Amino acid sequence: MKATEAQSAPQPAQERKREPAATLPQAAPTRSWVALALIGLLCAMLGFALAVQLRTVDSDQGLAGAREEDLARILADLESRQDRLRSEISEQQDLLEQLGSGEDSAAAAVEEARRQAEALAILNGTIPAVGPGLTITIRDPDSQVDSAILLDAVQELRGAGAETMQVAGVRIGVSSALVGEAGDVRIDGIEVSAPYEIVAIGESQTLATAMQIPGGVEDKVIQAGGSIDIVAADEVTVDALRPLDEPEYAEPAPDPDD
Amino acid sequence: MKGIRTGPLIPMLGLAAGVAAGVWLDPSVPAPLQPYLPIAVVAALDAVFGGVRARLDGIFDAKVFVVSFISNVVVAALIVFLGDQLGVGAQLSTAVIVVLGIRIFGNVAAIRRHLFRA
Repeated sequence: MKATEAQSAPQPAQERKREPAATLPQAAPTRSWVALALIGLLCAMLGFALAVQLRTVDSDQGLAGAREEDLARILADLESRQDRLRSEISEQQDLLEQLGSGEDSAAAAVEEARRQAEALAILNGTIPAVGPGLTITIRDPDSQVDSAILLDAVQELRGAGAETMQVAGVRIGVSSALVGEAGDVRIDGIEVSAPYEIVAIGESQTLATAMQIPGGVEDKVIQAGGSIDIVAADEVTVDALRPLDEPEYAEPAPDPDD
Repeated sequence: MKGIRTGPLIPMLGLAAGVAAGVWLDPSVPAPLQPYLPIAVVAALDAVFGGVRARLDGIFDAKVFVVSFISNVVVAALIVFLGDQLGVGAQLSTAVIVVLGIRIFGNVAAIRRHLFRA
């Protein structure tokens, strides 16, 4: 606005008319390249400062430079918010207690715990499981199928959603290890030999597709001179068990609510 | 009001480049400068709107724009700095914002009259 006020004075006649501007070539001298560059530079600085300020406000780092009064106001805001949240917490806790003391909720909790225990037991392989799935038989007449191919099969089956499985009578769990060269494959330290029978429970169509992808398990077995049979069934049984891995060092963290 | 001397091109380009640089570099504002940056930005905005209005009035002058831009920013920052020293920084910065805000409103109203004839 200094612009508007001050400007009419020094050069009033020159530009008062707002008619087509192209008729004002004599206006050019006032605008040197320096002026243009300065205008551009100032605008750039404005944009820069604007962006930086927006970022600063956004990231809430501004407190370090804030004034005492502002800090006091912010503190008051936060305190009232804290009070609100506190009362909300106590309301919720009351609600929680009401729910927790309900009698039928105990039975529901037990039922839920039992379901969870079963699910975990199936995942860990401590109980037998039945369900739809595949029985895969890998024959290896040339002793060329090594642990890598079997591991591939296990991983592909898992990736395709197999819920639990056993390989050559050994249940596969979270810590199962498949090692060894062809003809001397060990699963969890147990020696197994061809033909390897893999039983997996899951969506059998998906599992079968996972075995048959180009370059996948089936191709590798055939390359190794073996053959593979994939039989889907509405009910297969994974009955091999594995001992529960008792954690030696880890123990449950205390419940933060207690 | 078309391209009397500058098109809006150079200021626009400058603004865009500045915003891009600010976003890209993402520098953190030094703590002592933090109270002044928003004031300086508002003061600069005031100068820019004044410049746009002057251009629409056909009385834009580059020198006046540059000088008013810089002096706006410096004076605004100085007032706030002085206020901080006197212990009334928050009030004075509010005052500066109010004054600059009124001026920006006035300028925008003038620009609006030019552009929409209303």
